[in-house]
Amino acid sequence: MPFVLLSAVTFLPGAGGLALLFIPGRRAGIIRVVALAISLVTFALSLPLYFGFDGADPGYQFEEHRPWMPTLGVSYHVGIDGISLLLVLLTTFLMPLALASAWDGIEDRVKGFVATMLILETGMLGVFVSLDLFLFYVFWEAMLIPMYFIIGVWGGPNRIYAAVKFVLYTMVGSVLMLVAILALYYQYGAASGRYTFDLPALTQFVMAPGLGQNLMFLAFALAFAIKVPLFPFHTWLPDAHVEAPTAGSVILAGVLLKMGTYGFLRFCLPLFPDATLAFGPVVFALAVIGIVYGAWVSTVQPDMKKLVAYSSVSHLGFVMLGIFTLNQQGLVGGLIQMVNHGLSTGALFLMVGMIYERRHSRLIADFGGLWRVVPAFSALFLVVVLSSLGLPGLNGFVGEFLVLVGAFQRSVWLAAVATSGIIFAAVYLLWMYQRVIFGEISHEANRALRDLTPREWAVLVPVVALIVWIGVYPGAFTGKTETAVEALIAQVQSKTSANR
Amino acid sequence: MDAITFPPVVLGPLLPTLIVLASAALVLLLDLGPRWISRDLPAGVALAGLVAALLVTLGRWGTAGRAFRDMIVLDNFALFFNVVICYAAALVVLLSMDYLRRTGSDSAEYWALVLFATAGMMLLAAAGDLVVVFLGLELMSLSLYVLAGLFKRELASGEAALKYFLLGAFASSFLVYGIALIYGAAGTTSLDRIALAMAGRTNDPLFVIGVGLLLVGFGFKISSVPFHMWAPDVYQGAPTSVTVLIATGSKAAAFAALIRVLAVQLRGVPADWSALVWVGAAVTMTVGNVVAIAQSNLKRMLAYSSIAHVGYMLIGLLAGGPGGVGAVLFYLLTYTFTTAGAFGVITLCERARAEAVDVADYTGLARRHPVLAAALALFLLSLIGIPPLAGFVGKFYLFGAAVRAGYLWLAVIAVLNSAVAAYYYLRVVVLMYMREPEGAATSYVPSFAGGLALTIALLAIVLLGVIPAPFADLAQAAVAPLLR
Repeated sequence: MPFVLLSAVTFLPGAGGLALLFIPGRRAGIIRVVALAISLVTFALSLPLYFGFDGADPGYQFEEHRPWMPTLGVSYHVGIDGISLLLVLLTTFLMPLALASAWDGIEDRVKGFVATMLILETGMLGVFVSLDLFLFYVFWEAMLIPMYFIIGVWGGPNRIYAAVKFVLYTMVGSVLMLVAILALYYQYGAASGRYTFDLPALTQFVMAPGLGQNLMFLAFALAFAIKVPLFPFHTWLPDAHVEAPTAGSVILAGVLLKMGTYGFLRFCLPLFPDATLAFGPVVFALAVIGIVYGAWVSTVQPDMKKLVAYSSVSHLGFVMLGIFTLNQQGLVGGLIQMVNHGLSTGALFLMVGMIYERRHSRLIADFGGLWRVVPAFSALFLVVVLSSLGLPGLNGFVGEFLVLVGAFQRSVWLAAVATSGIIFAAVYLLWMYQRVIFGEISHEANRALRDLTPREWAVLVPVVALIVWIGVYPGAFTGKTETAVEALIAQVQSKTSANR
Repeated sequence: MDAITFPPVVLGPLLPTLIVLASAALVLLLDLGPRWISRDLPAGVALAGLVAALLVTLGRWGTAGRAFRDMIVLDNFALFFNVVICYAAALVVLLSMDYLRRTGSDSAEYWALVLFATAGMMLLAAAGDLVVVFLGLELMSLSLYVLAGLFKRELASGEAALKYFLLGAFASSFLVYGIALIYGAAGTTSLDRIALAMAGRTNDPLFVIGVGLLLVGFGFKISSVPFHMWAPDVYQGAPTSVTVLIATGSKAAAFAALIRVLAVQLRGVPADWSALVWVGAAVTMTVGNVVAIAQSNLKRMLAYSSIAHVGYMLIGLLAGGPGGVGAVLFYLLTYTFTTAGAFGVITLCERARAEAVDVADYTGLARRHPVLAAALALFLLSLIGIPPLAGFVGKFYLFGAAVRAGYLWLAVIAVLNSAVAAYYYLRVVVLMYMREPEGAATSYVPSFAGGLALTIALLAIVLLGVIPAPFADLAQAAVAPLLR
């Protein structure tokens, strides 16, 4: 009996989204409820993945393997290990929240919106569970289009520019990856006599170091670096984040960016270990530049959403730093930091969106003294801000600490510069918080603001609970990932030493 | 003196073509009947003839038939192309039914000419002799020249017909001259016997020049750069239903002849054409895509995009082998459905009592007619090559063949071109979905037949995208015997 749980989780949202298209569009209320129900069922289905996952087993679990295009060696091969498990859960966790956050915010073409979001969820989950390069590429490219529609149709005033920029940027990066995938396929086929896109098979392949491996690494790395985004490939991000509707920003920051960092972990490291070592210092340096640069630029943003967008550049810099330390602490830290960033930044976008729905402004200067008007909102906002800047006891601290422990073993100087990113994060986040929440009420329009509604409570409480849970007891999550990370490091080391 | 011995007349291998020709004759006869017959029946007869030809073709799969001293070779290769051509022609018939009535150009000649052109294409695909190549090409082209000028009162249509005719005749003369030179060198026009006769002396200048001239002629018919100049004007000016036939069927047929001539005749030719094809492919796709960006007329944009797609297909030809050439066949199959679908949407859209041909006419279409907008969006996404639609798999096979054959940089140029192409295809999607309609709205012209054609095309691009393997394997099996 083949295991189908993973396929069910992956395809349920997309199938549900397509089915929704057959409900008449004017019944927006029913459509919203059904879409939310689909995403909640998906989340419920994904929970057995967590509880049934054996953290001691470094291999792939819940695997499904079926032939798809046998003459080419393409198969439908999915499975998760400790690296993808958390990202799958993050995706299924954030999607209901994003849909719920759009309850009042999206009025126009509701059916199209929720269907697109659900199809997008299938695309993202597919990226995380694919163990076949062809299948992976199909999901990787396919999920571009729903995101393009979400930004372009339901976004802000400059949405078309942002949507087109997002698609073209990402596409240029990923088409070169397609060539590299093909090159890898033929190189492996010529060497082993077996032509296959199967990832576990390809990772066994010890490729000779040199130009070929470097070019393939660069092609993959470009696709992933644009998605992360790694400095200097980040310029699409502020536009896309700011123009996207709140739900789109949450998914974009929460999940889409992780596809880039996940790509490095899943593909670049095990497939091209020598090139990873060779280009490691460059990526390391770019990550540090991104950390500091993102933080500085965040500091001077007058718009809260833009501030959060640039802070992503900084936070993802930490993730990249962790991955390219290539040691246990750094990698586990990077992985946890991916989840943390998804939660904290997702929550920041949600809360900025809540303010925007009330006041139709995101400018920091338009606010002040909100503490008196909306105390509950301010309290939760404080937790989220503190989590994002890495206060001990909350989730952000765990990830950043581990990353820095790993980074100091690599390069003391760069790690020291990276640490300054944490200080700057405190500066831009707390300064923003102070100007928005504390002080006197500077604008009359703010006096009448309503505090959190029950729906908004329902959206925020799960995130905040998880933020605290990871901060207090990270072992529940790191425990599932450590063996997989160890195995990955061992694989990189054995393959690079085999070539020495 | 020996008596002239006639070859035995075997009509079996010609059967699909004969069915199409017979229905063309029937259509012409029906036109003489009373009005109720001449008005409604011809289109039905044309469709029935094409479906019958398609069924016969499918029934003959796996059998190889030769007739008229190897002048007609109905092998799997020809059968595969027959399927593509019959599908293209049938979609054209479905799309034309209401389109012609609306534009007031409904006449029996139209259906007969479409069928004659189709018969010419099928002959081209099954040609085992350069004379039959020429015959099929002229039957196809002459019918298309007339069809392009169908809208007699429109200047653009007349211009398209005249341009197509003049440049087409020019290209045909290149082709004939090439055939003559090859005949001079080899003493025969049969493809098999040319290969035998030229074995060991393929450097014969007559032969090399002849083959070069042939390639020029074919380059024109498939509209590869630098022989592409006619395509935008003709695609734009011709009635849209005719544009579909020119863009899909005639291109497929020309590729069929090109592949057969290249594969059978040029096998073992030491003269290195690959550098030429390399440059041709790179320039064709780049020019097509870059110029398409600047177009404001949707038909013209799709014309340039179809030039770009020829560039992609040349890559497969260059890569060669069953993998590369099979990829071209598969790509033609996907391209036919996608292009017919995209142009098909245009035939169903009207703005201010005229056909909606400007890109700007599609502004806000998603509000006016969500289904049609979604259909056009899907066809365009397939043309970009977004998985899981057919266009992606088609490109995947082509570029894969290029990488395998070592043309890594050509594959890089090709994928970068697809990223460029995304820009102009998505521009239409932006207008349809992300802007509000303004001014005189574009309206949908209801047509059952047109809707059916779009449904078939949509199902095909999804099916070919999700389960491509059986079809791609068939395409490879069809070319493998040729290359052996």
